[in-house]
Amino acid sequence: MTDLTSLTLAEARKGLADKTFTSLELTDAHLSAIEKARVLNAFVMETPDRARDMAKAVDEKIAKGEGGPLAGIPLGIKDLFATKGVRTTACSKILGNFVPTYESTITSQLWRDGAVMLGKLNNDEFAMGSANETSCFGPVANPWRRDGSNTTLVPGGSSGGSASAVAALLCMGATATDTGGSIRQPAAFTATVGIKPTYGRCSRWGIVAFASSLDQAGPIARSVRDSAMLLRSMAGHDPKDTTSVDIPVPDYEAAIGKSVKGKRIGIPKEYRLDGMPAEIEKLWSEGAAWLKAAGAELVEVSLPHTKYALPAYYIVAPAEASSNLARYDGVRYGLREQGKNIHELYENTRAEGFGAEVRRRVMIGTYVLSAGYYDAYYLRAQKVRTLIKKDFEDCFAKGVDAILTPATPSAAFGIGEKSGEDADPVEMYLNDIFTVTVNMAGLPGIAVPAGKDAQGLPLGLQLIGRPFDEETLFSLGEVIEQAAGRFTPARWW
Amino acid sequence: MSVDAATVRRIAHLARIAVSEGEVPHLQGELNAMLAFVEQLSEVNVEGVEPMTSVTPMQMKKRLDVVDDGEIADDIVANAPATEGHFFLVPKVVE
Repeated sequence: MTDLTSLTLAEARKGLADKTFTSLELTDAHLSAIEKARVLNAFVMETPDRARDMAKAVDEKIAKGEGGPLAGIPLGIKDLFATKGVRTTACSKILGNFVPTYESTITSQLWRDGAVMLGKLNNDEFAMGSANETSCFGPVANPWRRDGSNTTLVPGGSSGGSASAVAALLCMGATATDTGGSIRQPAAFTATVGIKPTYGRCSRWGIVAFASSLDQAGPIARSVRDSAMLLRSMAGHDPKDTTSVDIPVPDYEAAIGKSVKGKRIGIPKEYRLDGMPAEIEKLWSEGAAWLKAAGAELVEVSLPHTKYALPAYYIVAPAEASSNLARYDGVRYGLREQGKNIHELYENTRAEGFGAEVRRRVMIGTYVLSAGYYDAYYLRAQKVRTLIKKDFEDCFAKGVDAILTPATPSAAFGIGEKSGEDADPVEMYLNDIFTVTVNMAGLPGIAVPAGKDAQGLPLGLQLIGRPFDEETLFSLGEVIEQAAGRFTPARWW
Repeated sequence: MSVDAATVRRIAHLARIAVSEGEVPHLQGELNAMLAFVEQLSEVNVEGVEPMTSVTPMQMKKRLDVVDDGEIADDIVANAPATEGHFFLVPKVVE
């Protein structure tokens, strides 16, 4: 039998349906891969017993012909999703040993459809980071290394554990979340596919909140088709999240292989940055050429407020974070540090429980919302956000179906290269320069592997779509995937 | 705009995060780096622009005004660091 961990989700679905192997066999193969890959630090909690129980139960269902769309598929879950009875920490010390008494809507839909949980995946603390270096469980290693080098690289963040685990074939797919690029940037760094759907497409209920107007969950997977299969189960209206949208979930997989003839693809001139590496530029032109060869029409477009998206994000996101994270007070759950009075208890708990990046963002957020600064910072940033969204609307109004951009300004970098005591935080933030606009405008965006840099590291392209038109992104993404091929890292762990 | 040491201490207090004197200069530098970065927003003309309140144009759904949850006090206190019965325990607040 071929190594079960090397199958795509779509191939595994067929093998399970044809009874070539069972979910238990498929699950065991992944559990053993996880065990051998602990050096990657992708999982912060392995749940083998639960995985086997779930697999056995779903095998019985499959035998009776009652398996759901993801029946028997083993997945990893970002530690930001509440999982009933299984520790959920957002990779922060402040959540300590938090064990939810409820299940997030998205994960409950995955289990409803027959998926199997392998464990919880590492991420940046409260999803704040672009390298998975702020986790209280330590950094995650990227399964990719530069040619001829054994330097450990970051997998990107915040969904670094998800991306690393999918790339290293430890799980067939993973849940992830994206507030400024946290699905698409790690996907690009690891040659996996990641889609952030339109804001409102997936329920946020039961996901640890970072910046509520920007947060959106989506899958990281091994192929475009796999990501379409996963999103179909994750998406849908949820009465428990008033920002989730009540429109039917399409069969995203049907969009795979659909002709892209006549689709108008915008190439935004503002994304051509000064000093952009030549290989990123080349990848971008290649991607455009592939889409053109498939019958799409390329048009140059302008998104004039692009350069303001990242600074506006670094006001809006910390502001929302400072409100959301006010709940960590050492009283109702998680860590508690004693104090002489209630105020000291709060202050000591939060100083001890939050890591440096989270403290910094909560403080910036507190400042921009404070009396006298609210108008100058927060209100202005929300106005700029309106302009950023309008840029996209103007573009779509001219008949553009999707926009093609690089996913990241560079390939993966080394652990510690952009972090540490003396690092400029802004340097790290620039990682999200191509992805953050999409969150600001609430649009769907997919990152698809498209090639490698001169050092053998994967690079990705991003496609940005109209609101709730994820289907076009899947069709176009598949064209890129077909042309570029799929990339797997050489195993060193 | 930039923040001085006193402002850093004030923000830390508003954010309910204990900050030692030794940490202030470092935090001040980081906060000022972020403020310098966002400063470029002041060059955008936002005259007459509505601030964004909802990124998806949609009518918010309202739930029926009925109790559909509750009686889960055990669950609510299950993860609390200090409880007595169904109460959270905190240091004495009223003298």
